[in-house]
Amino acid sequence: MDHTTNHTTAKAPLNDPLDAPLLDVQDLTVDVLSRSGAAQRVVHGVSFTLHEEETLALIGESGSGKSISAMAVMGLLPATTARVGGSARHRGTDLLTLPEDQFRALRGRRIAMVFQDALSALNPTLTVGFQIAETIRAHEGVGRREARARAVELMARVRIPDPALRYRDHPHQFSGGMRQRIMIAMAVALSPDVLIADEPTTALDVTVQAQIMELLAELREETGSALLLITHDLGLAAGTADRVAIMYAGRILEQAPVQELYDRPAHPYTRGLLAAVPRLAGDTDDLTPIPGTPPGPGLLPAGCAFHPRCPDVGERCATQEPMLLPALPDPPARLVACHYPLEVSGAR
Amino acid sequence: MTYLIRRLLEALLVFFGISLVIYAMTYVLPGDPIAALAGDRPLAPSVARALREQHHLDDPLLVQYGHYLAGLFHGDLGTDFSGRSVAEQMADRWPVTLKLALTAWGIEAVVGIGLGVLAALRQGTWTDRTVLAFTIGATSVPVFVLAYTAQVVLGVRLGWFPVAGNTDGWPTSYLLPALCVAAFGLASVSRLVRAEVIENLRADYVRTAVAKGLSRRRVVGVHVLRNSLIPAVTYLAIDLGYLLGGTVIIEGVFNLPGIGQLLFQAIRAHAGPTVVGVSTALILIFLAVSVLVDLLNSLLDPRIRHD
Amino acid sequence: MTDAALSPEKLGAQGTSTEASYQAPQGTWHELRRRPVFLLTGGCALLLLLLAAAPGLFAGWFGHGDPTVCELGHSAEGPAPGHPFGYDVQGCDLYANVIHGAGASLGVGLLATGLGLAVALVLGCLAGMAGRIVDSVIARITDVFLGFPFLLGAIVVLNSFTTRDVPTVAGVLALFGWPTMTRVVRASVRSVREADYVVMARSLGASQWFIVRRHVLPNALTPVLVLATITVGGVIVAEAALTFLGVGLQPPSISWGLQLAGAQNSFQTHPHLLIFPGLFLSFTVFVLITFGDTVRDALDPRGR
Repeated sequence: MDHTTNHTTAKAPLNDPLDAPLLDVQDLTVDVLSRSGAAQRVVHGVSFTLHEEETLALIGESGSGKSISAMAVMGLLPATTARVGGSARHRGTDLLTLPEDQFRALRGRRIAMVFQDALSALNPTLTVGFQIAETIRAHEGVGRREARARAVELMARVRIPDPALRYRDHPHQFSGGMRQRIMIAMAVALSPDVLIADEPTTALDVTVQAQIMELLAELREETGSALLLITHDLGLAAGTADRVAIMYAGRILEQAPVQELYDRPAHPYTRGLLAAVPRLAGDTDDLTPIPGTPPGPGLLPAGCAFHPRCPDVGERCATQEPMLLPALPDPPARLVACHYPLEVSGAR
Repeated sequence: MTYLIRRLLEALLVFFGISLVIYAMTYVLPGDPIAALAGDRPLAPSVARALREQHHLDDPLLVQYGHYLAGLFHGDLGTDFSGRSVAEQMADRWPVTLKLALTAWGIEAVVGIGLGVLAALRQGTWTDRTVLAFTIGATSVPVFVLAYTAQVVLGVRLGWFPVAGNTDGWPTSYLLPALCVAAFGLASVSRLVRAEVIENLRADYVRTAVAKGLSRRRVVGVHVLRNSLIPAVTYLAIDLGYLLGGTVIIEGVFNLPGIGQLLFQAIRAHAGPTVVGVSTALILIFLAVSVLVDLLNSLLDPRIRHD
Repeated sequence: MTDAALSPEKLGAQGTSTEASYQAPQGTWHELRRRPVFLLTGGCALLLLLLAAAPGLFAGWFGHGDPTVCELGHSAEGPAPGHPFGYDVQGCDLYANVIHGAGASLGVGLLATGLGLAVALVLGCLAGMAGRIVDSVIARITDVFLGFPFLLGAIVVLNSFTTRDVPTVAGVLALFGWPTMTRVVRASVRSVREADYVVMARSLGASQWFIVRRHVLPNALTPVLVLATITVGGVIVAEAALTFLGVGLQPPSISWGLQLAGAQNSFQTHPHLLIFPGLFLSFTVFVLITFGDTVRDALDPRGR
């Protein structure tokens, strides 16, 4: 739908007979099933496209459905607790309907994921080296020794000091930043096309955050992967992403190239978010919080999910849900789901 | 290393505590300790006097305890009324008890872990419920009731197993007693494993393993099982200590000539010194096993070592 | 009974590792009331208590109901009119005996658990609230008593008593039953003590005693009471096993353990002597353990 090419150095897709986008998610829905079997929709028809070698940031507050969307794409939601609808095509192949053994072959090899909390995401009783080597061995029929050598090499690439020695250490023996490096080494082990990073730095100190983001960007470049960055941090996304999608209450409200979105937000929610971010040079008096709180999944208002908190609410907002459509000032790269998008004076 | 030393020191402390409690309960209780040792049997004055001397009962308390401890260190568990050393009486009974305990232990480990994993992977199905019902049953029926029932039904009525004694040798004579000894532990192990597997299946690192593209077999086999079995291994290891001392009733009921039977018969014969001696030996073995278990555990779970 | 089966700490094994995660969320009671297993086992437990407290209400349903009226001529005979469970070896009515046996079993179970619980609450609160030295002294003493396999410890101690009635046996079992409960109390006291609302109360100047009474005890009580329910079951099994071995209750007490012990040479020919007391004993233990488990599951959402 939105084949924007102006934001990234477009490269000819590799081995791509269908000329399909790298990852094309259309109308993704997730229903969480409670113990009694009742379904609660938490993701309401999310669509986005990830192109070769680009970085797309999915931004939202906690509970906005960004992480669960990523898990749904990875096929990590257990069938007993969640029902996933829509499609997620990886080079034309719909992952959501793919038989499990074929999906398994893609996971970790073509699509890999970096999780938020590396301490709990790594198995506490196995050595980190084993866990990296295991990924390699699961997909390539290499021997123990070769997998080990490659794991050590990967640990060196994510700048773990003394990788050959530390191969045999367990996750709890590493600092938070080092653990996240191990997670990253595991994810890039097989040079995947798509790297999904779910709040990769949220659990870390600010100084370490920058290093990890730098490393991620660097490795993305080296391996030629595309990066789907899931975060609540607008600043982090600004430094890394090519394009940004803003999520709220299980929907995408606005999507645009990063600079355009930050300079000229078209959705009142985006503007609210940007106004609530403290800036180094700014005065805290300039901070304007968005009034109210995000709705819980069971308490969604009718019409636009944001309208009860929206300063520019109009009459259609309470009754009609806006669609995500190309919008001024820069269609088709910009998509907005709002009946009354902000007037953005003149395109650049 | 510091962990090792700390653990050994703790064990030593517990050893002194335990021996003190046993000593206090046996020899220092108000009333005539010799009469207590003798139980309901009247004692000839000469025997009583000899016993008083032998147990250093006319020395100060601490000295008495010292004598007792020194004896323990030399493997002296006391002598019975006929003058035979308790340790000696135990010596040739060990093989029977070891065979019984190890057989029961094997059943407990294999069947318990198997049932637990099965129930967890089929959570909520009839398989799961059947295993649950079985474990509740095995936990509720006292082992001597179970033993007699098994003896009457499987041994006498159906004739599937020898009724008692060990004339058929291992494994024939040991299977039914071992099953009865294992029943409770088996149920506990399977419940423990089930709960652990279910919890671990939901752990973040399992999600990571799936995201890496590992096969389900490998996710369950390497990641879930390994972590789920740590508590079960701890339980099983401690249980070996219990089993060695916990065969009292079963060896009595099935008439297996092991340590347990010695204790069983000694209690019935009111042979006080033998009861105390055998129990002390079994308690000390239990203590030694639990120390070993902790050390083994620290090898299995790296988090303990580095605390 | 193996020692393994007797130790309350093992009966509670699944619970003790998670005691700190216990919460008493609102609505637990509401949720429990909707669980049939809870209602069923709770009802049975009340019935058993009634049986123990007033056996006379039940014993006379079929015959004379007096457990001490015996006719040797009927020794070990099977069920007959007026004697639904038959006769024991002495020719006494087995039904009346089994009914009256509930008193001793539950009496030992409740008394031993109650004693252990009282000690556990005092020592657990002390260890949890007081300084490091008190804490580690209590911890070491606990270690010593946990170092005994339950049954063997009880054998050693009971062996030196010449008269063994309900209070003595209960006392000895309590001696080996308090440590596990103490650990549970200490752990929950610790976790409550660090909770924000307690830190807040303390910073507002609340006294130590007020904090213990108002915050710590109510929160520490639930997990240990659950463990205590399960412990009652374990103690009842232990009493029966010790009595069966010959170091537990003695006649003229009437208990299931004594009935089973007295008949052990006749089981093969007269299985009813095994079935009826064994059934009542197993059922009682089953009810108590399942009741405790159900409450624990409701309190600890982790298990779902």
